[in-house]
Amino acid sequence: MSVLALIRPDNWDLPLFVHIFGAMVLVGALTLAAVSLIAAWRSGSASLIRLAYMSLFYGALPGYIVFRAGAEWIVSKEHLSNSNVTWIGIGYGASDFGFLLLIVSLIIGGISVRRMNRGGQPSAVSARIVTGLVSLVLVGYLVAVWAMTTKPT
Amino acid sequence: MYHALLFLHVLSAFFLAAGIVIYSSFALGGPVNRATKVIAEVLWGVGGLGTLVFGVWLALNRPEYEIYDGWIITAIVLWFLATGSGALAGRGIQAAGDDSAVAIDRRTLIAHWMRVFWFVLLLIVMVWKPGA
Repeated sequence: MSVLALIRPDNWDLPLFVHIFGAMVLVGALTLAAVSLIAAWRSGSASLIRLAYMSLFYGALPGYIVFRAGAEWIVSKEHLSNSNVTWIGIGYGASDFGFLLLIVSLIIGGISVRRMNRGGQPSAVSARIVTGLVSLVLVGYLVAVWAMTTKPT
Repeated sequence: MYHALLFLHVLSAFFLAAGIVIYSSFALGGPVNRATKVIAEVLWGVGGLGTLVFGVWLALNRPEYEIYDGWIITAIVLWFLATGSGALAGRGIQAAGDDSAVAIDRRTLIAHWMRVFWFVLLLIVMVWKPGA
């Protein structure tokens, strides 16, 4: 079984690359957002809070789209669309739940950026809520990486 | 054992990617905060060490792979190129005291984008495994 898992048809490589590349951009942008928001907790730095929200919009969102498109592509190549395999379920669960939290974070971030653009101060409460949401998404994706690589049954 | 090693190898690659994304924000004119830069360096360092150690361990663990396979040697060379570029980029970016963007010289920028290039090439080699 393990040997079979190592041998992959060549036409699965591109969808797999797209899936992993998107996931790396997504996780990288989420990490940047979380780290910037945590760093801004003490200082209340508007530039760091803005960077965090921009990284969600310009990094995490496009990364998610590429990652999810790659996932659907490889699932169709492997004929696993109607599969009840546990690791696929974990992957979809983390992906869907993560997307929901990402959208909520983007809405909160968008409101905060709009407020900053009008000369207002960034909301510390919003920044902390988004820090929590983004951290939760990162934990979910850590579980997804574990599921994708160990393929629990 | 194989799955645990693969998980740690891939997780390390995600650490590398996260470090690269943070550094890319600096290169694109984002604010350079001291804590953010330290975390980027830690992610890059831990990820780099993890990908190499667990990658070599994986190659030794699987009878299908040999450490001297062309694609594995290529990956190790690319890893060293990415690490070298990353070291140059890391030295050239210093945190601003007021969380503002910093001026980054051309050499450092080239080193950073070369690191991105080597990393993407490394990912391509890992997925396609040419010659395997």
